[in-house]
Amino acid sequence: MSNSDDRTQTVSGKAAEASSTDKPDGSSRGIIVLCFCIGLVVSLVFGWVVFPKLLYSRKQQPIDFNHNLHAGLVSNGCESCHFLRDDGTYSGTPKLAQCIDCHQDVQGNSPEEAKFVEQYVKKGIEVPWLVYARQPDCVFFSHAAHVKAAKMDCVTCHGDIGDSEHLKVYEQNRISGYSRDVEGASLIGFKKHTWDRMKMDDCSECHQKQKAVMGSVQTQKEGCFVCHK
Amino acid sequence: MKAEENHGNTKKFGMVIDLDVCTGCGSCMVACMAENNVPFRKDESDKLKSITWMRVYKLSNGKPYPETDICYLPRPCQHCEGHEGHSPCVSVCPATATDYDMQTGIVSQIYTRCFGCRYCMAACPYHARYFNWYDPVWPKGMEKYLNPDVSVRMRGVVEKCSFCIQRYQAAKNRAFMEGKADIEEGDYQTACTQACPAGAITFGDLNNPAHAVYKLKKQPNAFRLLERLGTNPKIYYLSSREWVRRAGDNYLKNEGPAKIG
Ligand code: HEC
Ligand code: HEC
Ligand code: HEC
Ligand code: HEC
Ligand code: HEC
Repeated sequence: MSNSDDRTQTVSGKAAEASSTDKPDGSSRGIIVLCFCIGLVVSLVFGWVVFPKLLYSRKQQPIDFNHNLHAGLVSNGCESCHFLRDDGTYSGTPKLAQCIDCHQDVQGNSPEEAKFVEQYVKKGIEVPWLVYARQPDCVFFSHAAHVKAAKMDCVTCHGDIGDSEHLKVYEQNRISGYSRDVEGASLIGFKKHTWDRMKMDDCSECHQKQKAVMGSVQTQKEGCFVCHK
Repeated sequence: MKAEENHGNTKKFGMVIDLDVCTGCGSCMVACMAENNVPFRKDESDKLKSITWMRVYKLSNGKPYPETDICYLPRPCQHCEGHEGHSPCVSVCPATATDYDMQTGIVSQIYTRCFGCRYCMAACPYHARYFNWYDPVWPKGMEKYLNPDVSVRMRGVVEKCSFCIQRYQAAKNRAFMEGKADIEEGDYQTACTQACPAGAITFGDLNNPAHAVYKLKKQPNAFRLLERLGTNPKIYYLSSREWVRRAGDNYLKNEGPAKIG
């Protein structure tokens, strides 16, 4: 018992000494403020500039496909490669079968095409395309509803990918594993175009505008099983 | 208030199961597991840990031979409407992970939203909800057989029968392609309905007079499980046997089976 009392006395004694020597005068207060400001700036830069870069890993597509070039070459527009099947499912990214008629052998002198023919066509390996718009596993999305029934344009949800000359970098969230095109380019949720972000609320926002039927008892919005599976 | 309510003009999917026809073969259970990526374990003897969206129960009249009689009773999620969609599980879910859709009458379960509190399991009087005590483990190679239209679940969430919602979504997709305004009865059938070799299960829109279930549910032999709780379920059972109809609820000796609605 007496031991612990002694100890507390010595500790408080030291604390008293320390506070008497460290009493801040004008200049050291300035240093404290300066340190605080530097710290603040460093954290802001880290939070707004460094962290978003760290959060997303950047991946190149296996082959840099040129949409603009092919638009004039194929016979049936986008549907030559991205088409709806009769049962309403979507073909999605093209398979080799859609390329093979033209790319059996190298056509021009672009290194990308040579790589494509060498590494994939000749070996019969499908290209592992990275899908910018890929939704989580639990989401049901229907191109038939939007493209066929509602006659919507691809640009509304995908931006100008269909008219681009190069495939952009695919950015994947290291924590969630989702694509940045789904989560939105801006971390604070700022959105300029309809295709900037495609999260649950973005789907719902348009559906509500389009007067979709609200069946959910809990949320008075759409039933969860409209978009989930 | 009439217990059996309508959703107005909207759909209300439900089932009529003829217990006089059911042989208890269990095809519905197998078809359901395969269709919906239901996880299973090597040792399924502990029924507290196994998951069966569709489960066949065996009832007995408890009489000695020669009066002994048994009945098999398939039990999917009853998709209770309750009163205005307040089914027991939906009312207690603190996460909005389970919901009642007035457009289809289907009680949905969003696995990514569920955090595993299991209130819904306590609230469900039919034991139709199951908890994932473990992450699913598929025997080597079996992951290739998984249904891509059904999301797989993870440890710590509750799951249950969805009336094969993926088949409804696929049916609507086909209708969009054909330019049809609506789907027909045959376009959307659950896996258990199609798998039943005896044809005991009939599935359809209970609100649509053109569907078989509409007439079947009005048969005098029809009853629902725990009718008097007011859960207003959408699974109707048929049986010509009085003791089976009585087994649907906890009736006293002097009570007869309750009338529907
Ligand atoms: C010759 C075949 C071909 C044609 C024609 C074509 N595409 Fe593509 N498209 C591709 C390939 C290959 C990709 C790369 C896949 C990827 O991005 O993951 C792609 C990707 C896309 C994507 C990105 C999907 C995603 O989220 O990753 C969109 C959007 C798209 N195409 C739209 C269009 C539109 C609109 C047209 C018509 C103007 C069109 N495409 C014509 C082959 C084609
Ligand atoms: C209608 C015929 C046709 C089809 C179908 C087609 N291509 Fe091409 N592709 C061409 C032609 C022609 C060129 C131009 C060659 C050149 O002049 O350099 C080309 C060029 C390319 C290039 C090089 C582009 C560049 O300039 O960097 C790539 C990569 C490529 N194609 C990939 C594909 C893929 C992948 C598919 C299947 C999804 C496909 N192509 C389908 C005809 C086709
Ligand atoms: C209402 C918004 C919307 C419209 C309109 C739309 N898409 Fe998509 N698209 C999506 C979403 C969301 C996904 C992701 C689907 C998923 O992950 O299940 C997607 C996926 C894709 C993919 C990749 C699919 C895969 O699984 O490989 C391609 C290619 C594509 N869209 C092309 C198109 C084209 C071409 C059009 C125009 C004809 C179009 N989309 C119109 C929202 C849309
Ligand atoms: C820009 C508007 C818009 C956006 C964004 C949008 N949708 Fe839609 N969606 C519609 C319209 C309009 C319909 C109705 C089509 C019809 O029934 O004619 C629809 C219908 C649907 C349907 C079919 C519903 C039914 O009744 O069968 C599904 C599923 C769906 N959307 C899912 C999604 C998902 C998931 C997303 C987000 C990734 C999304 N939608 C984003 C406009 C949109
Ligand atoms: C209009 C279509 C739509 C409806 C209706 C909808 N969702 Fe979603 N939901 C999505 C899309 C698209 C995503 C994936 C993008 C994201 O993370 O926001 C998603 C993601 C989610 C996630 C996160 C999943 C993950 O892996 O990150 C949860 C949880 C969820 N939804 C629950 C619900 C619940 C509960 C309801 C019903 C009350 C519901 N959703 C209704 C479209 C929808």
